[in-house]
Amino acid sequence: MRVWRYGDDIDTDMLFPGMYAHTCATIEEIRPHLLEGLDPTFAAEVRVGDFLFVGCNFGCGSSREQPALGLRAVGVAAVVGESFSRSFFRAAINQGLLLIECPQAVDCYEEGMEVRLHLAQGEIEVGGARFGFPALPPEILAIHAAGGLLEYARAWLATRGA
Amino acid sequence: MGMTFAEKVLARAAGKDRVVPGEIVMVRPTHLLTHDNTSAIIGKIGPELDQYGVVDRDLPVIVLDHAIPACDEKTAAEHQRVRAFARRFELPHFFDGGEGTCHQVVMEKGLAKPGTIVVGSDSNSCSYGAVGCFGTGIDRTGAAALLLTGETWLRVPSTIRVVLEGKFQKGVSPKDFALTLAGMIGADGANYMALEFDGPALGEIGVEDRITVANMGVEMGAKVAAFPVDEQTEAFLHRIGLRRYAYEALWADDDAEYEQRIALRLDKIEPVLALPHAVDNVSPVSENLGLPIQQALLGTCSNGRLSDLKTAADIVRGKKIHPNVRFLVLPASRTVLLEAMAQGYVRTLLEAGAVLLPPGCGPCHGAHQGVLAPGERCVSTANRNLRGRMGSASAEILLASPATVAASAIAGAIALPEED
Repeated sequence: MRVWRYGDDIDTDMLFPGMYAHTCATIEEIRPHLLEGLDPTFAAEVRVGDFLFVGCNFGCGSSREQPALGLRAVGVAAVVGESFSRSFFRAAINQGLLLIECPQAVDCYEEGMEVRLHLAQGEIEVGGARFGFPALPPEILAIHAAGGLLEYARAWLATRGA
Repeated sequence: MGMTFAEKVLARAAGKDRVVPGEIVMVRPTHLLTHDNTSAIIGKIGPELDQYGVVDRDLPVIVLDHAIPACDEKTAAEHQRVRAFARRFELPHFFDGGEGTCHQVVMEKGLAKPGTIVVGSDSNSCSYGAVGCFGTGIDRTGAAALLLTGETWLRVPSTIRVVLEGKFQKGVSPKDFALTLAGMIGADGANYMALEFDGPALGEIGVEDRITVANMGVEMGAKVAAFPVDEQTEAFLHRIGLRRYAYEALWADDDAEYEQRIALRLDKIEPVLALPHAVDNVSPVSENLGLPIQQALLGTCSNGRLSDLKTAADIVRGKKIHPNVRFLVLPASRTVLLEAMAQGYVRTLLEAGAVLLPPGCGPCHGAHQGVLAPGERCVSTANRNLRGRMGSASAEILLASPATVAASAIAGAIALPEED
């Protein structure tokens, strides 16, 4: 588990440059450019279960879906932030990427601290200290569990069709 | 404790007594607007559409407007896919290129009703707040899933209440008001929130201009930007065929709780510009007089309505556009264009030297019909002036009211209309 720490107002151009926005749609195409404008080491070194700890207004700018899709696909456990832009919040939930709004946890984090997520309890543990975050409603947890909104919709249709 | 407009609409749609900001609710919107991007959206769910079809034929509203008539082969093929989709599922609300810019069409066709929720896969869907409709933009994945299930989630926004007082001075328009507000609160000033406009001077802003103001809501980060339904709204809705019994308007309670209250005196507002490259980089026109321009754009979903074309026609009547300027006129819809022709505004504008574009998005998003060369400067009534949006990254876009754009087209430089 590794924590990738970034600051305030990280826009979607830093997360996924606009020049690739119209040509990259699949995860194979997205992955090499993920966070390219912010941290060139990220794409190669990110591992399943890593966290992002970010400041205010994360994901501002264009409403392109590649950053959220990419971060979920490489296995980021959650983005823990002080706040998220509206378009990114929506894109993340619908792509199945977990966002946790918890300024106290971001404040508390220092290099090397262990981070654990207790989703069912609505808590995140940072270096042994536990912080609560607003509970996500069951529908949103179900979208996350399904791996994104389209997968959730497919499952819903299949049940209904049966 | 009362509720805001956004809380009331979302509570009713979710079947709850009350909702609070931050809460996420599941709702079934009345309509989903998509435009040329319909092609990309249905591309996400090809097999599901084959198997299950569209959940409700009445849900989608599709308006081709972003690159019409098609500007290249790729766009033409996308339009072709969208037409085939509309035919296949016999969608009653499909409008091909030339009908108008999507938000204007939604409103003119009476699809944005007070008290309902209309989501759009376009950020300026907040325009529908002009008639007390909860209009908001959603993502393409959300739009795709909505076509299949009819249901989506929305987070309840907190609200900024803007109280309007006083009276506009002569020559100052609601667009100047919207840009002034953007300058005050910033491009992210209403991030995640709803904007509510009300107050003793509400009647100073007519319904066409309320569309302009609501349209600009998202440029301040707002999810929703709404006006109450008053006599002017009812008259507007009546004109387009929506009788009083066809909708149930909702508005905020007097004791609703707000994130912030802003009182704005309309008489303190002067004509302004949003300078490059941000909507909140606002400066009085009077401090920028004489700045040369090469293009002037009147129209788009923010300012292409009949009253806007009238304002411009009155300013250019009997004059000629400056030889260094291309003056592009982009009516918001076919209906607007026909009425502007009947009233003689189109003739006046063309006689002055304007170029008429087909009703749609035109060059606003930089695809065609008037993109800018390096170093050029354009004064525009559109809603966005980000770097490179209308073509070259070294071009500049200045946002302004229809009056400022028309006066500048004549002068060849930033100008105010001459006093009568």
